[in-house]
Amino acid sequence: MVGYETHDYDVLVIGAGGAGLRAAIEASAGGAAVGVVTKSLLGKAHTVMAEGGIAAALGNVDDRDNWKVHFADTMRGGQYLNNPRMAELHAREAPARVRELEAWGALFDRTRDGRILQRNFGGHKYPRLAHVGDRTGLEMIRTLQDHGVHQGIDVHMEHTILTLLKDGERVAGAFGYDRQRGRFKLFRARAVVLATGGIGRAYQVTSNSWEYTGDGLSLAYHVGATLMDMEFVQFHPTGMVWPPSVRGILVTEGVRGEGGVLKNSQGRRFLFDDIPPLYKEQTATDPDEGWRYTQGDKSARRPPELLTRDHVARCIVREVREGRGSPHGGVYLDIAWIKEKLPNAAEHIKKKLPSMYHQFKQLADVDITREPMEVGPTMHYMMGGVRVDADTQMSDVPGLFAAGECAAGLHGANRLGGNSLSDLLVFGKRAGEHAACFARERGGVAVSEDEVEAAARRALEPFERTSGEGPYQVQRDLQAMMQNWVGIVRRGDELRQALDALAALRGRAANVSVGGNREYNPGWHTALDLESLLTVSEAVARAAIERKESRGAHFRDDYPQKDEAYATFNILVRRGADGEMRVERAPRPAMSPELQQIIEEMK
Amino acid sequence: MATAKFRIWRGDARSGKFQDYTVEISAGMVVLDAVHEIQATQAQDLGVRWNCKAGKCGSCSAEINGHPRLMCMTRLSQLPLEQPVTIEPMRAFPLVKDLVTDVSWNFRVKEKIRPFRPRPADAADGTWRMDQSDVDRVQEFRKCIECFLCQDVCHVLREHHLHEQFIGPRILVHSAALEMHPLDTENRLGDLKRTQGIGYCNITKCCTKVCPEEIKITDNAIIPLKERVVDEFYDPLTRLFRVFR
Ligand SMILES: Cc1cc2nc3c(=O)[nH]c(=O)nc-3n(C[C@H](O)[C@H](O)[C@H](O)COP(=O)(O)OP(=O)(O)OC[C@H]3O[C@@H](n4cnc5c(N)ncnc54)[C@H](O)[C@@H]3O)c2cc1C
Ligand code: SF4
Ligand code: SF4
Ligand code: FES
Repeated sequence: MVGYETHDYDVLVIGAGGAGLRAAIEASAGGAAVGVVTKSLLGKAHTVMAEGGIAAALGNVDDRDNWKVHFADTMRGGQYLNNPRMAELHAREAPARVRELEAWGALFDRTRDGRILQRNFGGHKYPRLAHVGDRTGLEMIRTLQDHGVHQGIDVHMEHTILTLLKDGERVAGAFGYDRQRGRFKLFRARAVVLATGGIGRAYQVTSNSWEYTGDGLSLAYHVGATLMDMEFVQFHPTGMVWPPSVRGILVTEGVRGEGGVLKNSQGRRFLFDDIPPLYKEQTATDPDEGWRYTQGDKSARRPPELLTRDHVARCIVREVREGRGSPHGGVYLDIAWIKEKLPNAAEHIKKKLPSMYHQFKQLADVDITREPMEVGPTMHYMMGGVRVDADTQMSDVPGLFAAGECAAGLHGANRLGGNSLSDLLVFGKRAGEHAACFARERGGVAVSEDEVEAAARRALEPFERTSGEGPYQVQRDLQAMMQNWVGIVRRGDELRQALDALAALRGRAANVSVGGNREYNPGWHTALDLESLLTVSEAVARAAIERKESRGAHFRDDYPQKDEAYATFNILVRRGADGEMRVERAPRPAMSPELQQIIEEMK
Repeated sequence: MATAKFRIWRGDARSGKFQDYTVEISAGMVVLDAVHEIQATQAQDLGVRWNCKAGKCGSCSAEINGHPRLMCMTRLSQLPLEQPVTIEPMRAFPLVKDLVTDVSWNFRVKEKIRPFRPRPADAADGTWRMDQSDVDRVQEFRKCIECFLCQDVCHVLREHHLHEQFIGPRILVHSAALEMHPLDTENRLGDLKRTQGIGYCNITKCCTKVCPEEIKITDNAIIPLKERVVDEFYDPLTRLFRVFR
């Protein structure tokens, strides 16, 4: 028998990023006994890295903004595959969620009349992102953390959940281990909220940290929840490309929001050459108009650098492929040029983009106030995830909720920058509220000890094997494979090769062995993460095979056009009765006439 | 290809020793890259914390050649590579394993600080008005990434182990951020003086020197807090004296 400790909660929240913390705060306010589990220390989750801002139609900078415009922008950005009800709730509730952060101590940058300042971002019609320089995520997570620790929530830092447990149809808790000591823990809970973030570690070049192994998606999948929109993986157009050690690290879109421009090796602003029809009306016709837009001129339209991420990323790939890239395989992002327009440009840049200035100065020896940066696409965000009910965030498994990046629906085929942080707050709150409610209404749960024992034994297997290879090589090979075959530009034959490769990698993963003991052992941690990585990678590849068109973040070289027949459904991934992965199509949720009309009006 | 030698602390709370590793180095490499390379190829179970790899999360604190630093922001090109680069865990906290320390004390102490208590909203819609210039001062403190390097160097904690009596520079920065928050109405000065040991700080400024966020911990946070404590608790003569100083 393997020993373990047991904890009982009404609501167990897995993840302590923005979504998890906001859910925990709300569940606790609803009277629930709440436990939070996080793989890293409190305050270190991915949310801390967000730079640009939180999208909310506060209308502080441009009073033409309101929830309807935000809703229409979000739907257009997602190519209308978004769940319209989620996009509506998000746009309506984001302003209140941002103001609430202020009431809990957050200090956003201010307008001249002392209100929350908002900045421009790609795909948002008006300046909409509440921000703090370029460290908005830090402000947000610290505010939630400092508020949350006074709400009587139990936090289990540096714990990993390995499996969810069920009581009949219902979720009944989770089983995991303490990363520091290696001890097992059972969390019995009447409701569980998944807030585990994304899947970036399935790729080689990513802005995401080691935590992003898609655990929440895999945990949910294995207990029968449905995954949706898995083909939509966002590649952010501007990651660092040089030196190799920093490849993939994010360069915030805020640089372009402040007037930064993209150029190829011939010095041409190539984005002017290719503006998608859906955005023609809203895009500047010349550089001067674009510049005026970034400086708040309400009569000007946005520069093409602020088109949606999928488009900008693909244009960069094209420039590089056609030989007009920078020396290290990217293009140039230039903010230094604004010295032609502003007298104190260097100071202005340092004030508006302090961490970008530092990041380049310290890691790449580039002074962004004087020289252009070299940038290229980096895997950044997962639009797909656990399919949930729009109002409650509950998945297909009773009592299992999901919020934040690990849930699907709000962003459709492509997420707009800034819409994630607001997503975390709006739907984190909703998930917490409804999870507490579910826990109150339903009775207690029982878990099977045999199941727990089996999970514990499985977790220890890598120590027992002595002959297998180490886990790092398997992880690296998986990342390289996904980057090449399930990356930014996809093809049917390569996607099918990817499935074969995944089957082979699965075989290797089942044989990895690790040395040392259970105390803080990254080799063991990496070995245990492989299961999630393999599951989500397979789901992405299968969904990508199914969508034989190009839309939003999903681009098929063999089907380069949008196909209206594919605009009518979302792709679902589920575990079949035989244990194999099943792909299905689900008709797009219907849109109310009111929402339909808003979209027509804002076209 | 060029190589470099690393001398890394391996061990747990019971025992430990330095161990040497040789790594091939490439352009732009940081110390954390070298540690990862060693992990992947030579020492699978080498314990290390990290998340963002860009100086934003404050996870990867360690002592590199004796200096408290973030491993992800320390480039090999800044270090003399003729001799081995030593990497040790932060010494002011109990060791968990290898480069990982038990920093939970910081979280426990922070929880004891009285939380933010805003004044009533300024506008009917529940919002406040604040000037950027008032916000600037506190935003400096809110840049803190909780790397705890300042706690690591502060002699009151590191050498004198006064963890029960003194909250340390990071938590003083946190208190300052709340005390100077334009909306806050709470008073934390009594706690600072009586139970949080602000008097133990003798302004050596070691904390400021190591802060990767370049927060002027001593000048902008601790000294103003000390002055407020003095104003609140000492006789009017002292106050008068301060005015004429
Ligand atoms: C560099 C960067 C910049 C960004 N900038 C912006 C921006 O400006 N605006 C914007 O809107 N969005 C931005 N994003 C996206 C946004 O930050 C993320 O989508 C968002 O923070 C995700 O939050 P979350 O709460 O869903 O998850 P996270 O904050 O990632 O938290 C996930 C949590 O789950 C825990 N966890 C995961 N698996 C397990 C497990 N098995 N067991 C226990 N715990 C687990 C983790 O430890 C962590 O605590 C950015 C992203 C990056 C990478
Ligand atoms: S200035 Fe004060 S807090 Fe900072 S290191 Fe010196 S004694 Fe510690
Ligand atoms: S004040 Fe500076 S050194 Fe101290 S924890 Fe914060 S960022 Fe780190
Ligand atoms: S890894 Fe985040 S600060 Fe070093």
